[in-house]
Amino acid sequence: MKRIFTYFLILAFGVVAVVSCKKMQPAAPADESILDGPVEGLTSAQKIMFLRGDVAFNDEIFTAETGLGPLFVATSCGSCHAGDGKGHPFSTLTRFGQSDNTGNNFLAHGAPQLQSRALPGFEPEQIPAGATFSKFTPPANTGMGFLEAVTDADIMAMADPTDADGDGISGVVNWVNIKSYITLTGDYITNNGKCIGRFGKKSGAHNLLQQTASAYNQDMGITSLYEPYDTYTGQEIDPEVSNQTLLDVVFYLQTLKAPIQRNPNNADVIKGKELFLQADCGKCHQPTLKTGYSTIAPLANKTFHPYTDLLLHDMGTALDDGYTEGNATTAEWRTPALWGLGLSKNSQGGAYFLLHDGRAHSIEEAILLHGGEATGSRSKYAALPETDKKKLLTFLESL
Amino acid sequence: MMRIGLLSLLCMVCMTATAQIDTTLLRRKPKDTTGMLMNMDAVYSRPFLSVGKLPVALGGYLEANWQHLGTDGITEGHQFQMKRMTLFVASGIARRLKFLSELEFEDGTKEINIEFAALDMEFHPLLNLRGGIIMNPIGAFNQNHDGPKWEFVDRPTSAVALLPATYSNVGFGVYGKQYSKDWVVAYEAYLSNGFDDRIIDNNTGRTSLPATKLNKNRFEESFNGMPLATVKGAIKHRKIAEVGVSYMGGVYNKFENDGMLLDARRRADVFAIDANSTLPVTNTFINAEWAWIQVDVPPTYSQQYGKRQQGGFVDIVQPVYSKPLLGFEQSVVNIACRLEYVDWNVGTFDQTGGNIADHFMSIVPAISWRPGSQTVIRINYRYNLQTDLLGNPASRTAGLQAGFSSYF
Repeated sequence: MKRIFTYFLILAFGVVAVVSCKKMQPAAPADESILDGPVEGLTSAQKIMFLRGDVAFNDEIFTAETGLGPLFVATSCGSCHAGDGKGHPFSTLTRFGQSDNTGNNFLAHGAPQLQSRALPGFEPEQIPAGATFSKFTPPANTGMGFLEAVTDADIMAMADPTDADGDGISGVVNWVNIKSYITLTGDYITNNGKCIGRFGKKSGAHNLLQQTASAYNQDMGITSLYEPYDTYTGQEIDPEVSNQTLLDVVFYLQTLKAPIQRNPNNADVIKGKELFLQADCGKCHQPTLKTGYSTIAPLANKTFHPYTDLLLHDMGTALDDGYTEGNATTAEWRTPALWGLGLSKNSQGGAYFLLHDGRAHSIEEAILLHGGEATGSRSKYAALPETDKKKLLTFLESL
Repeated sequence: MMRIGLLSLLCMVCMTATAQIDTTLLRRKPKDTTGMLMNMDAVYSRPFLSVGKLPVALGGYLEANWQHLGTDGITEGHQFQMKRMTLFVASGIARRLKFLSELEFEDGTKEINIEFAALDMEFHPLLNLRGGIIMNPIGAFNQNHDGPKWEFVDRPTSAVALLPATYSNVGFGVYGKQYSKDWVVAYEAYLSNGFDDRIIDNNTGRTSLPATKLNKNRFEESFNGMPLATVKGAIKHRKIAEVGVSYMGGVYNKFENDGMLLDARRRADVFAIDANSTLPVTNTFINAEWAWIQVDVPPTYSQQYGKRQQGGFVDIVQPVYSKPLLGFEQSVVNIACRLEYVDWNVGTFDQTGGNIADHFMSIVPAISWRPGSQTVIRINYRYNLQTDLLGNPASRTAGLQAGFSSYF
């Protein structure tokens, strides 16, 4: 009898353990506290494609055998964009060789991107004498499908190249050469055979396909059908990543959800947003944009809140590194989206590394380093009482 | 004539088959009760089975388990795993000449490895020659890894993802032991084929000695022509503890090919210390191992591949019920706990001076039931924290594991 009781006790313990095992596991973090995850409304087929892209982006680490380098900056996409957030100075890349809109004079020396690391036996590139350069901290990946789906007309409508309204802010478009593999879609606008750049610190890339194919090639030394030239030899070689994988990654980037604001109803956050707009920060960091048509239904005709105008602005001498891309001047930078700003520390190792090269270690420091067209806004911020400054910063951290 | 021959052969087969069914003819190797066995003896201190006076003994073990783990709210659900089945064949070829082989099937037949296949020749207790596929004696787990000896479903993380668990290679060496009352001192020293550049060129994205296990050619040829040296010394007092100190190191990269110099000679060196003891009053068994790794990573390579690594584990096992249970006379119930820590990249970022993270820690409380000394049924709760290279918020993994492991 005692033995039977013991049997039942063990059996009951086993059943309870199996049934309740999920309760003993860590809960998922709140959706608004993380940057990764897909947009809502994807079809099952799109979810499968998203998952394939997720694996290729975050889990696939290249080796010499699978095509890495021989010169490179990183060994995987995920090593620069941990948790799909902003990067760390460890993975900051360097561009060099172009100081005006006449083009890059150092292409024969490995420009525009410095391949700062190399497989054993190879020597990484050095910045040639006389070349100007700038360091670029990897951006967050989230919500980029929405930015890609903003119509050219809407971007042009925000531009004010001659500062016609006299507010001291003159957003301009960076017109970039159209890559042969890019098919312009929608109601695109061209200018002398060039199209609107909207990705990259200088808006040097037209769309996410260009950005992705270029990153595989320039960051990891991985050739593709789209970017077939080896960064070491300069010769066209066999593709080292398949079209399918690359397109999966593009789809993954297009369908990563937009960051979700935390505590939007908090009184300080609401007041902070008012102060943000009163300081004219929103003239470049446009709070609301809308998408046009997209073949991905969850991205089509949506209103969203990225806090960018996707335009170039002169940011003053302090942020002028003497390097540029396309038609941008050396002092011009594309307005970075502020959504997800408050979560940056969670992908940057617990500290802030803000602005294009990570030189600002707090949001306030980043604001105070603004110059050029943003001088007026910086001055308005600096003149705020400490309590209001804190509210404005609380708002920015909520994004 | 041919028919008679075939008939005779058939009769012999039938007689042999009948004899094998008669279990009274099967003999277990007697269990050692001296308390003087060490980790280095683990390879032969297994419950081999021999038949009659045949000089060949057979054995093996298997491990299977169920687990339900989740990471940050995402789970792969119920997983049933056949971790491994291992077969041993030992043979006393002649006096002071013996052979042992260990063939392992991991994850079904996903990985099939000859983990050990060596000939031992004894000249003197202090001088034995061993050659063949040897198991490099770094730390204790690599020598003493049989599933039925452990109260935990998973092998220690430091043993499988920092050190290359059950790393074996083709090589030769010597070993020996010296007894003096309650003391025993032992040593092992081998030269074998070595590492390769997968250590810093692998799809784990970190410096990984275990990645070199993927080089199947190491049983045929050395990657770079440089031998890997493995040395271990250990001392044990029968009533106190066993302590081992070990080293394994060599050049890992292909610095030269076809007579042309390609790179500097780059070394990987491993130091480990292990200790185990059974506390006399409470009969608590404590087993611990810690390893330090240094790898010469080219300065022009990525910092994500660490130059220094360290990690280890401590297991505490407390027997709590040593009475017959459910009809098993030799039954023992234990409670146990494992603490683990691994840092795959000890250092600081050149760019910021901040700490490079990439570390792991876990706690694994466990209950195990041994219906006999050769079989263990175990239930574990695992809780892991894994931090990425940059030190971002750790991912948390936890869940239940249950399984068994048994010699046969």
